Amino acid sequence: MISFLFYVFAALALASAVMVVTRKNPVSSALFLVMTFFCLAGIYVLMDAFFLAVVQVAVYAGAIMVLFLFVIMMLNLSPDELPAFMNRKIKWAAAALAIALTGSLLFLDVSRRLPASPGTELNGEVGALGELIFGKFLLPFELTAVLLLMAIVAAVIMARREL
Amino acid sequence: MVNFNAAIFVALLLFGIGTLGFLIRRNAIVVFMSVELMLNAVNLLLVTFSRIRVDLDGQVMAFFVMAVAAAEAAVGLAIIIAVFRKMRNIDLDKASLLRS
Repeated sequence: MISFLFYVFAALALASAVMVVTRKNPVSSALFLVMTFFCLAGIYVLMDAFFLAVVQVAVYAGAIMVLFLFVIMMLNLSPDELPAFMNRKIKWAAAALAIALTGSLLFLDVSRRLPASPGTELNGEVGALGELIFGKFLLPFELTAVLLLMAIVAAVIMARREL
Repeated sequence: MVNFNAAIFVALLLFGIGTLGFLIRRNAIVVFMSVELMLNAVNLLLVTFSRIRVDLDGQVMAFFVMAVAAAEAAVGLAIIIAVFRKMRNIDLDKASLLRS
């Protein structure tokens, strides 16, 4: 059952990711991206990363996508002034490059060198993660807080009317 | 039980799709979405490795990636708005303000 659900989520995530990069209208792209995020959250649940699945839905599908949709609607471009794709030559070169990158990553075949999994389940609940974040990873956590503050200030300054 | 090889395969394909979108799109906002796709592919890989090793460190790392992605989206979209104010479109092919 878990295996079946994984394949369903994976197929949906990949299909909607393809739709994200091929739709001309950015609003459709954004909504397909939300679909991808939800499917990835489902995969996280199947891999015992429960807290991360919640954060994925709340932060990505919630906050970041609202920001994207807000900017798309604020710019309010009419359909004929929407820039779509690069010209044909760049498009083919880019496709070749992306396929070569993915192909070489697949060719490396990381999975063959993986050690056997030592356990069958993992406690990815908020308590276990919280102990790590506020213990072993306390310094990166505090630095993330500073980073977010910097991002807020930078965003406010960048988006001011007179730049 | 999830097939880990398949999960790694999915993450690589997602990264490839993100790269493709980053390279072929001219709409700055969709290029940003492609970057988000690539970040999500990396997160999926981190969660998979965390699950294989039965070690939560990978999940904490994915959590930090999400925080950085949120910061990056905020600043990036602010830059897009500033560029839009300056040149009235978000076409990356026409964004050559620094060249003149």
